[in-house]
Amino acid sequence: MSPEASYWLQQALNALQLGSIYALIALGYSMVYGILSMINFAHGDVFMVGAFLCFLAGTALGLPFAPTLILAMVGAALLGVSIERLAYKPLRNAPRVSAIITALGVGIFLENLTLAFYPYPQNVPSLLENITWHVGGVSISSLQLTIIGLSFALMLVLDHVVHRTPVGMAMRAISWDRTYVPLMGIPVNLVISITFAIGAGLAGAAGTMYALAYPVIDPYMGILVGWKAFIAAVVGGIGNIRGAMIGAFILGAVEIMVVALMPSTYRDLVVFSLLLALIVWRPYGILGQPRVQKV
Amino acid sequence: MTALKLRWQWLLDQPWLMPLLLASGLVLAFAIPRFGLFNNYVQMLLMYVGINILLATSLNLVNGYMGEFSLAHAGFMAVGAYISVLITMHVLPPGAHAVLFPLAVLAGGAVAGLMGLLVAVPSFKVRGDYLAIITLAFLMIVKSALENIDAIGGPRGIPGIPRLTSLPWVFAWTVALVWLIRNFVYSRYGRGVQAIREDEIASDLMSVDTRRVKVLAFMLSSFCAGVAGALFAHLLQFISPRVFDIVKTTEILIMVYLGGIASIGGSIIGATLYVVLLEMLRPSTVAALLAWLPAGMFDVLEKYFINHLGMLRMIIMPLLLVLVMIYWPRGIMGKREFRGFIPRRDKAAHRPGPMGGGATEHDAAHRP
Amino acid sequence: MTLLTAHKVRHSFGGLRALDDFDLELHPGQLMGLIGPNGAGKTTVFNLITGVYRASEGSIRFRDRELVGLTPHEITAHRIARTFQNIRLFRDLSVLDNVRIAHFSQSRYSPLEALFHLGRHRREEERIIEHSRRLLAIFKLEHLAGETASSLPYGLQRRLEIARALATGPELLLLDEPAAGMNPAEIDQLMEFIQWIRREFKLTILLIEHQMRLVSGICERVKVLDFGKTLAEGTPEAVRSDPAVLEAYLGEKVVV
Repeated sequence: MSPEASYWLQQALNALQLGSIYALIALGYSMVYGILSMINFAHGDVFMVGAFLCFLAGTALGLPFAPTLILAMVGAALLGVSIERLAYKPLRNAPRVSAIITALGVGIFLENLTLAFYPYPQNVPSLLENITWHVGGVSISSLQLTIIGLSFALMLVLDHVVHRTPVGMAMRAISWDRTYVPLMGIPVNLVISITFAIGAGLAGAAGTMYALAYPVIDPYMGILVGWKAFIAAVVGGIGNIRGAMIGAFILGAVEIMVVALMPSTYRDLVVFSLLLALIVWRPYGILGQPRVQKV
Repeated sequence: MTALKLRWQWLLDQPWLMPLLLASGLVLAFAIPRFGLFNNYVQMLLMYVGINILLATSLNLVNGYMGEFSLAHAGFMAVGAYISVLITMHVLPPGAHAVLFPLAVLAGGAVAGLMGLLVAVPSFKVRGDYLAIITLAFLMIVKSALENIDAIGGPRGIPGIPRLTSLPWVFAWTVALVWLIRNFVYSRYGRGVQAIREDEIASDLMSVDTRRVKVLAFMLSSFCAGVAGALFAHLLQFISPRVFDIVKTTEILIMVYLGGIASIGGSIIGATLYVVLLEMLRPSTVAALLAWLPAGMFDVLEKYFINHLGMLRMIIMPLLLVLVMIYWPRGIMGKREFRGFIPRRDKAAHRPGPMGGGATEHDAAHRP
Repeated sequence: MTLLTAHKVRHSFGGLRALDDFDLELHPGQLMGLIGPNGAGKTTVFNLITGVYRASEGSIRFRDRELVGLTPHEITAHRIARTFQNIRLFRDLSVLDNVRIAHFSQSRYSPLEALFHLGRHRREEERIIEHSRRLLAIFKLEHLAGETASSLPYGLQRRLEIARALATGPELLLLDEPAAGMNPAEIDQLMEFIQWIRREFKLTILLIEHQMRLVSGICERVKVLDFGKTLAEGTPEAVRSDPAVLEAYLGEKVVV
């Protein structure tokens, strides 16, 4: 294989890995927005907590990969549901702004709480034996494959749940009409909690994989990663599961390309500018539909 | 209405009240530093309060009066800060600092104001959550851009900024700009802004040039944020991109929503309360407040609570915010205003008129 | 001389043709009714005239000025005003402010003059207040000037909405279902009221209405829409016995 081809193939692989992680986070934003029309600004910090849970499990508890992943996912899911019950549920009928500000507050709370325990960035031990294969000039690592494979698996499961199970149907029903759905016997609160749990659980998985792939973590990592994933979800069409995935992979590809072509300090600047341009060009995202307002 | 309340309203309606209060304020603003009426620390706090009042009031214009949701305010603050610092540190001759400081502040505000256009334009087509996202992206872009320009210190920022901000300057700028905002609110443009909040399409149909009004509101708001940023930079004497991030915006949001949307008085209260609350949560303050407790109790508290306040503060603060939003979402003065801020003309205009109207004789004959 | 001419206006929402080959002629001082079953396209006509939608095809001319392509506030400044099917007052603002806001395009002072209280600002503000209060007085709402719009009872809210529309100084007034929710006695009052404001403010009026009592009572001419197409046009009596109209309303062929 020619050097250029293998270089770009390498980048494609990196983009897939990064995009997968972004996708898992973006899904959480999209699901919550779809069901509650609410931007869960604390979601990025749930991702961060997931990463720290992975760190805890790996160091203090000395667990291997699989239990760590499960611990992080379950822990994040519990956190997500608690936030929903304690902070968002009381505001379900309040003006949207209140919910957003509360979410911002919860996020800051999580950041500072984690900061209190871990004032310095932490190094995550590698929990997975990392074998690297060199195929035609491209380095493929087992960690990469695990991340990509696991993420896709999770996304497939989610897609199945949302489109082919009663719970998923309930989720989609509530996203269309929150007022009348309870009248049809659907336990709205339960479904909402499940939605948050799934979204947060996926973020926990993303946190684990991010921690293993980029082993230095700090309490403020959720801000940048979270916001990027969020904007990616918007680019794909917020509220739309498949849109979130598309947006996330676009984000991953753009980011890797930018780093490949320009000095790495420009990464965030270009990424945010491009995402902004995309949103301004198509405010409802690639797969989103505008809600038509009747005059 | 009791006699006392009537007396109070009469006082608030007097045209000389505001000028008197402001003149006294100005005198105090000069006297405090000159005669050391408060220690340096308290003086600094007062200046922070002033700057925050400016930030909260200007954000309230867009988020409260216009009902939009902008997260970009810290970005405009950053622009004002950096521009003004570049001027004072690289353009102005050192001797002229103190005198030409207002020019630097004005320049910072002006550039920030122009950038307000960048956020106003998308607002023509999108509202609500989408505008929030766009303003957020704008904020991130400003921060990233600043981090990438090494000439202005990049991520490390700019240290050693001259201390040009003083209490009289903060007082003057804050009063002047809040006065401008108030005049704007009670003009046809301000009424247009509120109409947009209530019902944008209906406003358009009732002859309001919504685009023009939005541009004006955003630009005035970001101009004030830029001025506040310039004052802030020359008080803190150090700025970096990190200072002007989403956390900073969130702090300003807290001030606005705690104090009450669409209320100048509300923003003043919110800004003051926020600074005071944060100060009260300092170890030294809490220790002083709890000093009356028996020694044994106090020691325990000190060990487990007070010493960790520095860290607990930033955990308690957002928690307080969440509680406020859940139990008190409209804020203290939601959509209401201090009588003293409302122009006399408006107060007079809203007095109830005679029952039944009947302004013309036509009426009397053809009463519908 | 016609005041408003709509010619071959078409409008679609995505794949749905909301209005097809719509023609309209309004003469100064005329009082015309627009009726038809729900979803026939009546409010769409209003939205097209006032610029909320931009017609896909066709032209709408007002006093020789093409309206298609203008923004709503420009059209309002050209002296066309309207009310809404579901009342769209500025709910949290005062009664007076609702009316004052409608004066936006009639005042000229610049933002700078507003900020610094210069020049024309004061004079124009006082003029606006005076005109608004006079309007409120005419509509018997002056005693409620300081009240919040949403606190008014339904009937007064409707009246305020009309007052607000008239504050823009229109020549053409579009009323969208002004009689909604009214009993026959109230409709009679409304009929008098509409004719009175037509005389008093020298208006041309186009109204959408379902209440036949009102339409037959005061409309000089009626136009019937169904599925975006004009079914019939003429005097209320002529239209009422038109077989196509009857079929549209009653759903079956009626032998007249």
